[in-house]
Amino acid sequence: MKTVIDRYIREEMFPHIWCPGCGNGIVLGSIIRAIDDLNWDRDKIVMISGIGCSSRITGYVDFCTMNTTHGRALPFATGIKMANPDLKVIVVMGDGDCSAIGGNHFIHAARRNIDLTAIVINNMIYGMTGGQYSPLTPTGKFGSTAPYGNIDQSFDLAELAIAAGASYVARGTVFNARQSTSLIKKALDKKGFSVVEIISDCPVSYGKMNKMKSPVDMLKWIKDIAVSKKVWKSLSLEEKKEKYVTGEFLNIDKLDYTELYKGIIEKAQKMGGSE
Amino acid sequence: MNKLKGNIKLLQGNEACVEGAILAGVRFFAGYPITPSSEIAEGMARKLPQIGGKFIQMEDEIASMAAVIGASIAGLKSLTATSGPGMCLKQENLGFAIINEIPCVVVNAQRRGPSTGLPTKPSQGDMMQARWGTHGDHPIIALAPSTVSEILTLTIKAVNFSEKYRTPVILLLDEVIAHMREKVEIPAQEEVEIINRKKPTVPPEEYLPFKPDPDGVPPMANFGEGYPYHITGLIHSQKGLPDFEPPEVDSFIRRLHNKIQNNIQDILIYEEYLLEDAEAALIAYGSVARAAERTVKLAREEGLKVGLLKLLTIWPFPCERINRLAQQVNLMIVPEMNLGQMVLEVERVVHGKCRVVPYSRVDGELINPIEILGKIQEEKK
Repeated sequence: MKTVIDRYIREEMFPHIWCPGCGNGIVLGSIIRAIDDLNWDRDKIVMISGIGCSSRITGYVDFCTMNTTHGRALPFATGIKMANPDLKVIVVMGDGDCSAIGGNHFIHAARRNIDLTAIVINNMIYGMTGGQYSPLTPTGKFGSTAPYGNIDQSFDLAELAIAAGASYVARGTVFNARQSTSLIKKALDKKGFSVVEIISDCPVSYGKMNKMKSPVDMLKWIKDIAVSKKVWKSLSLEEKKEKYVTGEFLNIDKLDYTELYKGIIEKAQKMGGSE
Repeated sequence: MNKLKGNIKLLQGNEACVEGAILAGVRFFAGYPITPSSEIAEGMARKLPQIGGKFIQMEDEIASMAAVIGASIAGLKSLTATSGPGMCLKQENLGFAIINEIPCVVVNAQRRGPSTGLPTKPSQGDMMQARWGTHGDHPIIALAPSTVSEILTLTIKAVNFSEKYRTPVILLLDEVIAHMREKVEIPAQEEVEIINRKKPTVPPEEYLPFKPDPDGVPPMANFGEGYPYHITGLIHSQKGLPDFEPPEVDSFIRRLHNKIQNNIQDILIYEEYLLEDAEAALIAYGSVARAAERTVKLAREEGLKVGLLKLLTIWPFPCERINRLAQQVNLMIVPEMNLGQMVLEVERVVHGKCRVVPYSRVDGELINPIEILGKIQEEKK
C-alpha cells in the first residue's frame, strides 16, 4: 500500500545515503506530512538545501528542488521568491550549514522577513565531513576537531531568529515527530520568514564521540534534554544549560518582503513618468 | 558625421550597462555596493521597479550571486555587478551557475588589485580570473567593451549569450569606461535582438533537464512551470540527479566545454583597424583599445604600417584570427593594464610565428597612445 510519503518521493533515489539511525529521515517525513496536510499545488513547491547530510533531502522529494552551495540556500531561495512570489519556497539546512557558513544569510533573511520557511536540522555536529564541532555543538561536548571538549558557546538559533526579525519561530525534536510535523505545518502556512529548528541525532559522529553508542541512546538523550515551555520556566539558569526548550516561540503577522516590494513597484511606476 | 537615430544620451559607462540590461530583458538585479560598479546597482534600484522588475541589495556578494541564480531559475533574466574584491566572492556560486547551466550576467568593473588595491583606479588585472576564477575545469564567456556605446551593446550581447548557451557571462569593464561619459545612441526596444532560453517541448514526465539538443544546450524549464526536477552542484545525469560514473562524468564535463567551443564562431566578436597591410599589430581590449586605436593613427602618420585587433570577446579566445595574423605581421604588441595576462594567450597561439611583446602598466594610470607608439618605435629598431 502506498503511504503519504510514497506520493512525494523520487523512488529512484533510494536507498538514501543517510546512516542507520539518522534523524534526517524523520524530519523528511514530518515535512512531507505537513505539506500533504496543507494540500498545496505541487507544481508551486520549491525546496532548496545547502550542503551536508541534511542537504540531500532535496534529492529525495519530487518537487522543483535545488541542492545549492554550502550555507547559501537562503540567498538562492531569496532570489527565487523575489522572482516569483507565488512559489512556496522551503529551505532545509543543517546546523553548520545554517549557523556557521550561512549564519549571515540566516540573520539577513530573517531581517527582511521574506516569505520563506527555514527548517534547520540540528544534530549539533558536521556529520558528513566526519564529526567536527559546529556553532550549535554544546559547550563541553566532543567532536573530531574538539578532541579535548568544545570551549565555544553555542548559538540559540531560535533566539537569534526572533531578534533578527522573523515572523514565526519554533523548535521541535526528532523524538517528538508529531509535534515537529505540526510546527512545520504552521511555519509553512505563515506569511513571512519562518524558522523551525529540529533537534536531531547523528549516532555515527556525535553519539560515538559523546558516549551514546546507539541511535536509541541518542533518542533517549534528546527526549531528556527537550522540555516544554512550561517546564523550561520552572528551571534554574544552571539547569537550563543542559536543556532545550521546545514548542512555538513566536507567531506574529507582518508584511513580508515580497509584499513590501510590490509597494515599491507601485511607487516607482507612479513616479517613473516624472523622469 | 554619423547619422544617429533613436534616443541619444550622454551616459556614464555604468548607466549604459543599466540601459543595455533593461533593453535585453533583465528584470532582476541583486548586488552589493562596491566602487567602481555601484552606479549599476543604483540605476537598477531606480529603473527595475518602474518596469515591474525586482532589485535587491543583498548582505554580500556571495548572496547576490546566489539570488541572481535563484531568480534566473524562477524565470527572470538576471544580472549582478561588482569589482575585484566582490568578484572574488562571486566565484563560488559562479561555479554553481556554470555546472547547472543557469543563464546570468556578472559585470566586473575592474579596479587595481590585489585586495583593496586602488578602488578608484582602472586595471585589467582580472582577465585570467574571469577565465579561471572559480575552481574546476569550466567554460566561460567573457566580453570586454572599450567605449560607453559598446558597454550598452555588449551588455545586450552578454544577456543573449547567457540565454542562448545557458551559461553565466562575465562583462569586463574597467574603472575608466565604467565612469567616463560618452554620447550613446540608445536603440528602440523593437530594434534590439532578444534571445530567450529554449523551453522544453516535451511533457514533464519526459523532460530531462540536462539532455542537450544537437547544439549542446539543454532546454530549460523554469521552477514553477510544472516541470519538477532537481538541480545540484554535484556532477549530474541528464535527469539532474547526482551521477559519479566515470564515463558520465567525463561526457558531462566535455559537453559543458563543447557547447561553448562548438559555437565559437557565433560567440567571438572582434574589430580590425588598418590591419590589411600591417607589418605590426596591436592587440588590445577595454579602455586600452581606445589608446591603441589612436596609436595606430599616429604610427601611420610616421609611415609605420601598424594595425589594431580589438578584442571584444575575451573568452573564448580568438585563436584562429590571431594565428592568421601571426602569419602576416612580424610583430605583435599587447598593451595591458596588468603585468601581462592576455599576452600569454597571444604567445600561446602565435607559437613563435612572429615576435610577441607585452606592454604593461600597473600604476593605476591609463596607458596613453604616445607610450604605445614609443614601444613600437623601440621594438622596430
